Amino acid sequence: MNIHEHQAKKILKDFGAPVSKGIVVFSVDEIKEKIKKLQSKEFVLKAQIHAGGRGKAGGVKLIKNIAELEDEAKKMMGKVLITHQTGPDGREVKRLYIEEASNISKEFYFSCLVDRETSKIAFISSIEGGMDIEEVASQNPDKIITTKIDLKDEGPSDEEIEKIIRVFNFNDEQKIVAKKLTESLYKIILEKDASLIEINPLIITKENKIVCLDAKMNFDDNAIFRRPEILALRDLNEEDPAEIEASKYDLAYIKLNGSIGCMVNGAGLAMATMDIIKLYGQEPANFLDVGGGASKEKVTAAFKLILADKNVRGILINIFGGIMRCDVLAQGVVEAAKQVNLSVPLVVRLAGTNFKEGKEILDNSKLKILSATDLNDAAKKIIGAIK
Amino acid sequence: MSILVDKNTKVICQGFTGTHGTFHSEQALKYGTLLVGGVTPNKGGQKHLNLPVFNTVQEAKDQTSANASMIYVPPKFAGSAIIEAIEAKIELIVCITEGIPVLDMLKVKKILQNSNSRLIGPNCPGIITPDECKIGIMPGNIHKKGSVGIVSRSGTLTYEAVAQTSSNKMGQSTCIGIGGDPINGTNFIDCLELFLKDDETKSIVMIGEIGGSAEEEAAEFLKKEKVKKPTVGFIAGLTAPPGRRMGHAGAIISGGKGGAEEKIEIMKSAGITISNSPADIGKTLYDKLNG
Repeated sequence: MNIHEHQAKKILKDFGAPVSKGIVVFSVDEIKEKIKKLQSKEFVLKAQIHAGGRGKAGGVKLIKNIAELEDEAKKMMGKVLITHQTGPDGREVKRLYIEEASNISKEFYFSCLVDRETSKIAFISSIEGGMDIEEVASQNPDKIITTKIDLKDEGPSDEEIEKIIRVFNFNDEQKIVAKKLTESLYKIILEKDASLIEINPLIITKENKIVCLDAKMNFDDNAIFRRPEILALRDLNEEDPAEIEASKYDLAYIKLNGSIGCMVNGAGLAMATMDIIKLYGQEPANFLDVGGGASKEKVTAAFKLILADKNVRGILINIFGGIMRCDVLAQGVVEAAKQVNLSVPLVVRLAGTNFKEGKEILDNSKLKILSATDLNDAAKKIIGAIK
Repeated sequence: MSILVDKNTKVICQGFTGTHGTFHSEQALKYGTLLVGGVTPNKGGQKHLNLPVFNTVQEAKDQTSANASMIYVPPKFAGSAIIEAIEAKIELIVCITEGIPVLDMLKVKKILQNSNSRLIGPNCPGIITPDECKIGIMPGNIHKKGSVGIVSRSGTLTYEAVAQTSSNKMGQSTCIGIGGDPINGTNFIDCLELFLKDDETKSIVMIGEIGGSAEEEAAEFLKKEKVKKPTVGFIAGLTAPPGRRMGHAGAIISGGKGGAEEKIEIMKSAGITISNSPADIGKTLYDKLNG
């Protein structure tokens, strides 16, 4: 789960990390009253969306004169930002963060994450701040320092911290702040089940102060059950409505841009089904994993999701029954197909437990369902059917 | 021979009396797995499926001399269930549970590294040696005794590979699902190493997917190994968009890493024959062995 910059900064502040003072507004009217809490003469106006690359897309603006603040806020609020992370549809700005501006002297990159390869906590430090770290990684890999440390309650040792922050070349006073910041990030990973905390840039101001100028945080979905305070930060505006609907039925659904809808049991097989559609020259309209037990309700919900996508010209159901019995699934498909008034060709491939009984149910249903014997046959049939 | 499990493997089930534990224990018994009991806290002393229930893994081990455990405990408690099994010195721990918090797995890994236990999973279908021992949720009837070793990150896609090898008149020595989570107990390299050493395993099928670099590391391992066995690979997710988690917690292309193309290239360079289509895994292996 992702959260907004202003929420991430609040968490950083709670853990003792240096962030600028700021206010968040959901409408421009709120600015007049709330801005009194800030003391500076200059402000930074920042669009709050769950995507990077806001600066280039016009989502970050330096305000030198408070008189301009409301006008600029009006322009930014409601604007659709298109960045390299939002996709072509962009994301509508529904909240703004206004911060006291800083005098930037130096910009660094600093992040902390759970490293899957080594099962350790990794810190990444680089003096190439403000840039996309992936770009730095591909062009200047030696400018990136990665330090991996064991999971331990007491946090990183002084030697480890020294290694993590050495590249920044801080003075003694700054080192004290950086040490505290390193400990804070580690604590947030442990105590909030964060999987990634990215400070980019981490800056030194002209007054020699360290400040986390931007912040991105990502949390482990599997651990959200024990972090209700993090779940409360979820912003449904930032998620695809179809994917929210899918999660209600415990379906894993991701919308794509093709024309063949897929319904599959198991994530690996679901990806493989998308891949075989592509091999036969078409594009999948979605990823959809119905999981282990596909009831009639689940299949109906899955059909509705797939059919709500206007690009869908045909549907391929691919089930390898293990625990899931194919006859139960077939029953669900027949009832759901009647209920949703299926208007596009449907190909069903059943294999595994009770596949014969399942096929019989489909054949006897009088619905226009094409049965397929294996994956190749299924792909050929659905592609033939939409031509 | 086979790897890790055979007809002598004595298995207990953690989460024995729960819905999943009960169902899959019944299935395992039907298949012929030597299931000797189970664990459910506070239900010790009872009988379930005609087998003894114990309060702790240690007790179960002491009473039954079990050397393997299968875990069907809800995600909240699964991490501590694995740790309990490690502390009781169970040799093989198979965790089926999906959705364990990553930090819990970091704790498990730390304890696991200093033990002699092997963990398979979590978030996996389990392990099966056809006609001998089934620990997990896979349908037993699609398997056939033979000489193909199968290792995979995915559940149903493994069944696909099993069914395709069986229908091409090849059986399996042992099939292992290592799971779809970013942090797991046993990886591709561990399984490949065992398959290469196993006399009964004559060829290998390795099924990976996008995310992480386990496939790349496995390919590098195979390059260096002196023992070679014909190996066929498939990688799911060529059409997966970057930055999106494709169902499995570990299946995500992030920071420009973990894409299918790179994995396929490195696997090819290690001498693995790649099946471009998920429908041709069995045929590709058959052709490789008979072509």
